[in-house]
Order: sequence, then structure tokens, then C-alpha cells
Amino acid sequence: MEYINAKFVSQKISKTRWRPISSTSLQQPEVFATGSWDNEDNKVSIWSVAEQGMQDDYEGDPQLLCEYKHDGDVMDLQFLDQERIVTASSTGSVTIFRHYQNSQTLSVNQRWERAHYHSCDNAPCTGVVCNSPEIVTVGEDGRINLLRVDHKGIVRTIDNADSSTIHAVTFLRTTEILTVNSIGHLKMWDFRQQGNEPSQILSLTGDRVPLHCVDRHPNQQHIVATGGQDGMLCIWDVRQGNMPYSLMEAHSAENSSKGRLETTNMLPSQTMSVNSLDVLGQCLVCGTDGEAIYVTKQVPM
Amino acid sequence: MYDTLQSAMQNQSVPGNVIPGVDSGQRHMGFVWGPGDILLYETQRKGTGSGEAGCPLIHVVRKDEDIYSPILRKLFNESHHIFVGLQQSKEETSSKTKRPQFVSVSKNYRSVIRACMEELQQIAAGSLLLHLLDWVRLHKADVDEKAQEVLHSDSPTRHHKYWDVVICYVLQGRMDEARQMLAKQASQQPAARSMFKTLDSLMKKMPVFNPVGSQTLTEFDLKWRHWHEECELHLQDGSFSSNSNLETICKILLGHEETLLNQKEQLSTWYHLLVTRLLYTHPSVKPTELHYYAQSSMDLFLDNRSAPEPLDSILLAAFEFDIHQVIKDCSIALSNWWFVAHLTDLLDHCKLLQSHNLHFGSNLREFLLLEYASGLFTHHSLWQLAVDYFDHCPEFGRMYLELQIERVPLDTERKALKVLRICEQRQLAEQVRSICKIMAKKAVRNNRLGSALSWSIRAKDAAFATLISDRFLQDYCARGTFSDLDLIDNLGPAMLLSDRLTFLGKYREFHKLYGEKRFAEAAKLLLSLMTARIAPRSFWMTLLTDALPLLEQKQEEDIETTKVELLRLALARNLAAAVVKEGTVDSL
Repeated sequence: MEYINAKFVSQKISKTRWRPISSTSLQQPEVFATGSWDNEDNKVSIWSVAEQGMQDDYEGDPQLLCEYKHDGDVMDLQFLDQERIVTASSTGSVTIFRHYQNSQTLSVNQRWERAHYHSCDNAPCTGVVCNSPEIVTVGEDGRINLLRVDHKGIVRTIDNADSSTIHAVTFLRTTEILTVNSIGHLKMWDFRQQGNEPSQILSLTGDRVPLHCVDRHPNQQHIVATGGQDGMLCIWDVRQGNMPYSLMEAHSAENSSKGRLETTNMLPSQTMSVNSLDVLGQCLVCGTDGEAIYVTKQVPM
Repeated sequence: MYDTLQSAMQNQSVPGNVIPGVDSGQRHMGFVWGPGDILLYETQRKGTGSGEAGCPLIHVVRKDEDIYSPILRKLFNESHHIFVGLQQSKEETSSKTKRPQFVSVSKNYRSVIRACMEELQQIAAGSLLLHLLDWVRLHKADVDEKAQEVLHSDSPTRHHKYWDVVICYVLQGRMDEARQMLAKQASQQPAARSMFKTLDSLMKKMPVFNPVGSQTLTEFDLKWRHWHEECELHLQDGSFSSNSNLETICKILLGHEETLLNQKEQLSTWYHLLVTRLLYTHPSVKPTELHYYAQSSMDLFLDNRSAPEPLDSILLAAFEFDIHQVIKDCSIALSNWWFVAHLTDLLDHCKLLQSHNLHFGSNLREFLLLEYASGLFTHHSLWQLAVDYFDHCPEFGRMYLELQIERVPLDTERKALKVLRICEQRQLAEQVRSICKIMAKKAVRNNRLGSALSWSIRAKDAAFATLISDRFLQDYCARGTFSDLDLIDNLGPAMLLSDRLTFLGKYREFHKLYGEKRFAEAAKLLLSLMTARIAPRSFWMTLLTDALPLLEQKQEEDIETTKVELLRLALARNLAAAVVKEGTVDSL
């Protein structure tokens, strides 16, 4: 069995993401970011699994490079580029952190306070997606925000985009995004169109199972996968039909993973939920409510 | 056990734990138990009437301070894995294979403790952790560090710690290492070579009992006595009289009491003395005799001058195999329930605890697990771990979970869904309803009617669904358009939850048909809404107004019958309203 490294980190991990590697280099991913949730003080942390010194000596134990306090739960976390990370907070704010690799420090680069809000309360920002310089965020307030790096205000807001909570967002094309919500809808939005109406709504008829995550196929842009609360993985073709064309029962319960592979048989027996996993090349990193992060460098494909 | 609790509490109120700003000597104190914390406030006895104003502050006193240590959090999380594993193994394996399994579980717990200690030693440990640290400091690991220091110096044999290291090795019975160190000294002193050789052969010859070998205990005992006599002989004839260090080692090999007590600094604890004494005087000690030597070692070591610490009595009880005393003493001495809860659980699985029913609650195992898990539950983050502990408390676990799970603050929907999942897996229907209701109310407060309706549908809460449907209808009357169409248009079978919700869904369907100019179908639907009597009274006027343009439609035959029916209804209703009005005027 391939080697999986576990590290207990004294915080429940909500998100893990590898730092992107340039497509030309043959390098293995070495650095990843994590975000925590449900702590009195939450953090964004940067870890390294770089091999130090002799190769045989490599134990793969992630080393903490730096961390920074995060207001509210980290609901989502994405790398904007090699140096910048965008986080979504349960307070409704969206923050860009910059990771200085020379000094191994993190600092706040830009913040949009209350990007998501209720009139008299905070509304958690549930998801964020980047296509530099553009950032799209979604929240429990049913809003969709279009932000631009180094642009102070919000470029565009779609109020009441959804009557229920939007759980996740992803880019389909440069001007089109997909959102999933808590009543099982997959909606397509086109920023070229004015108004607050989606260009398409897809759903399983009669089924109101909440959808928690969405991602598109790396090569075939019209193929989209969603993960539902009942553990069902749906594959959709957004060009045709309102129905998914493939269903797979992947999990026994909701798991906000990206739905690319089965994790439970790879990890030591788990009772606490896996909140996030990210695969880059052959490397996988995931974070759990058992306050552990797991890293493996040989994912069987 | 209640006594234990009381004394544990008293233990916490020693002067070191005085709450700042509270003068309990001057004033009466009131307090309220919380799930984990205690609220404390100053109060006045009725009738004293002293006009003096009391302190306006309320103090929050935390019981389980330890769960806030980041290092101990790793201990809690890792041991949670082991705990759950142990509970599950119960059903799978037969009793024969269980023994090695229990030993391995115990070793797993110990390795987790050790890993945490390693980390503790790297970081300055808080005084709270010292109790835990003390307990597991079974061996003096500093000998090896000292040995490294000596060996890496320019001249190891002349290093000032050289003899300390040799003696420490001998005290711990690590003969090979001690001999290697001595060999270095021997090579430096060719004149004393035969003396070193004599001691080396004595150390080499020391019999060690091998439990898996064919040797019987009597044979071993005979061999050992023989060796002991040989040592004694060499001491008497002054073989080592010219080197005090070698003489000391020989005396240690003989278990010379005075010599051992002179090494207090190297031994550092009475239980180290105990182990050394047993090694060199009673190597074939029986378990039942252990407590006698333990007591005398402690008395010798502490010299009646210093009082035994809690840890000392715990170990003493352990050597007496008094499991209940160990658990009781640990409960008093340790500042959290982690150790006793896991130890008791392990012992219970080994069937080593007598079924010792308490006069309250369930048995000891369950009582301690509940205490530990309740502590975890008060933590803003560790509450999730506690759930599995409650699951394995057959008598009261569910009740505790029911009470505690409702107190988890629900800041985000994601967290609410996690809590909901825990409840649904355990069929806690009441809690599921309550969580959905909390979320629905929160959504209404934030004017998110769609979300609110989703939560009520999930809770199957018909009353609340009706309330929200009314809000939707009011909004429609006020604005003339529907909000949250994506939700209302896709209600599906969920529409049947309440009459009002059905009406809302169908009424929206009517508008859709009308918008699509399917007037005949629209008219039929409107008629059925009127006749099925699910429309709220206040909405009849709106329905009739909606009917007007339909009545004026010039269309094919089949709509005509619907039209007539609609007219009849409108007239009947008008008449009824008139009668009611007249009646009302009369009665005035």
C-alpha cells in the first residue's frame, strides 16, 4: 500500500489546496494551503512537503511555513496565482492573502468586508472561484459577486440570484459561471447578460437534495460534476438536456470533496468527516474534522 | 465517586485558583451550573438590608481548562481514533485473540502520550500540563542525553559527568551500556586493569530471568544467589577498595541500601529506587509482594520529611493492583478526565473492573466517559469528538447527546448541516426538527423566505411552512409579483406538506399558465383552487379579481362551462358576504 502521511494540527481543517505549478515544469507540487473552521481563532496556513536533504530520508511530514489569523471560518480557499490566496469567510468577507516566499510570511493584500450580508446580520460567503484577475463569490445571502483584483469596489452583484443558499461556484468559460444551491439546482450564469436571471437551470426532477460542490472537466468544458448531500456524484452535460447523464453513489454522506476519487479506502479508518481534498498531478492533500491533514504523493490513477 | 468529585472540586479551589475580583471571604456567592462552565456571582442574604451595593460582575468559571491546550488537542484527537477502534473490535474478535489486542491498544495510547510529550518538551510546558507529564515520566530519558554529551567531549573518561552516566546505567540495569563506558576507563588505566576486568565479569555474569526459556524460577534463583555471593566475596576481600567508584558500583549490584539512598539524585524518584532495589535484591519478586516493596521504597526515599505527592499514592495503589483506588486517585490528582476515562474503558474491555454499580448513574466506565465527553462538548471545536464517546455509553449517552447537541451554536449552514447529519444518523427526530426550525427562523429574520421554506420542508414542519407561505402570498399582494420563483416553481411533492403551501404552489402554477396564454387550463386550475377550499379567506378577493379577465375571454366551447361555474361561485360568495354583512349590522 502506498504511503500516506498524517499530521495532527490542532484545528479542524475546512479546505486544502495545492499551490499551482507551472504547466511547463515537471516539478512535483510541494506547497499547499489550509484553512480552518470552528475554532475561536481560525487560521490560513501554508505547508511544505518539499524533500529536504537526502531523498531516502524523506518522511513527507508537512512542515508549517507560515500562518495568519483569519476572521471567521474559512469557508473556501483558492490560489489566485503562485503568491496570492483568496479566502471566503463565514463573516461574509473575501480576503486576498499574499505569501512572501523569501521571508516565508503571510499578509493581507486586499479585503472586501461584508461582500455577502443580510440587512441586519452577517451572511457567510460559501464559495469562491478565481480566474485572475477576476474573482466570483457566492453566499448564504443568495448573492453572486464579481470582484476584480486591485479593484476596490465590487464590479457586479446579482442580488437574489438564488432563493436558497448557494454552496459553490466554478467558471465554465471566461464569462460564464455555474452555481449549485441547497435545493439541488445547477444554474448557469452569463455575465454578458444584464438582469438577475440565470441562463439555464438544471436539476434532478422531483429531487431536492442539496448540492455541495461543482467542478468542470479539465479538458471537456461542457462536462460538469456535482456532489450532493446524499453522497451522489452527478455528471452533467450542460450543452444538452436538463438532466444529469450519469449518477454514482460515492459517499455515504455529504462530503465537500471534489468528487474525483474515493477517499475512504485510502485513509486509515475514519470516523470524522473529510472536508476537503485537492489533487494535483499524483499528489493528494486532504483535511478532516479529526484535526489531521493527510498527504500522499502516489495517487493511483 | 461523588466524594471523588467533591474533593476534585476542592482541589481546584486551593489558593492558586482564586478567581480574580471575587472576595469569597467577604460576600456570599451564588452560582449556576452550565454544561461546562459555572456562572458565579456575588449575592446578598435576604433581610440583612445593608445598603452596600454588590459587585455587578458575573464570573464564568471553566472546569476543563486543559481542553484549551493546543498540544493536548492532538492527544484528544488521536486517542479518539484508538477509542473508536477499541469499541468496534469488541464485536469482531473472539476472546482468545483479545488479549494481545488490548495490550496493543494500551501501547497505542502510550505512544500517543509519548508523541505529545516529545512536543511538550520542545515547547515550554504550561503548569497545567505538569500533572500529565509527571505521570508518564516513567523513565529518566536524560541519561542518554548525558551519555551523548560525555561521549562527544574531547576526553570522555575525564568528563565530570562520566561516573554519573555509568552509575545511572547500572541503576537502570543497562549492563551492556555501563560496561562499554567502563571499558573506556579501563584502557586509560593499565595499572588497574585486573580490577576493571573483575567488575566487568561480575556485570556480564549477572543472571537475567528469561520468561520464554526453559529455566525454572528456582533454577534462576539459585544461579542468582550464587552470583550475589560472588559479588559479596569481592567486596569483602577488598577487590575494589582502591577505586571508590568501582566499589560503589559493586555495592549497587549488591543492592546495598545506604549506597542506593546516596544516589537519590540519580534515581530522582522513589519508584526508580523501587525498581533498582527489586532488580538487585529481589529479582524474582511476585506481583502480590510488590506493594510491600513499593511502600518501603517510598518511605525510604521520602525519608518521612516530605509528604507523598498525589502521583506517589497513585503508583502505590497501582502496585497494590487496587484498580479502583488508582482511578479514584487519578480523578483527584489529574486536572482533566482524559486519562481516567480511557484507562477505565480499557480495563472494562479487559473485564478487569468488577461490575461496580454506582448508586447514581450507570457504571464507572460510563460515568467517566460521560464526564470526559461533556467536557469536550463545551469546547467550541472538540464537540464533534464527544459524539462518538456518547455513542458508546449505552445507558445515558443518548440523553447526554440530546441535551448537548442543541447547544452547539449554528453560525453557518454548513455547520448546521454537520450537526443535522449527526442527529439524523442517530434518529434524534426532535433535535432534527429543532435545528431546522432554528435555521428557518434565522432565515425569516434575514428576509430569506426561500431558505426558510427549504428548512421547514426539511423539518416537515407544516405550521411553519404555512406561516412562510402566507408571507409569500402577502408579498405577492403587496408587489404584484412573486419572489423566489426558482424555489416555488420546483416544489414538487414537497408542496403537499401544508394546505397553504399547496395553494401557493398551485396559485403560482395558475399564473404561469395564464402567462403562457393557456387560458382554459388556467381557468380550470383557478376554479379547483376555489372549490377545494384551500385558499385562505383573505385571498378570495384576489382570486375573484384574477377570474375577471378569464370571464371576459372569448374562447372555444369548453371554457364556457368553467366560466359559468366561476360566475356561480362569485355570485354565491357575494350573496354569502352580503348575508353575513346584514347579519352583522342587525346584531349591532
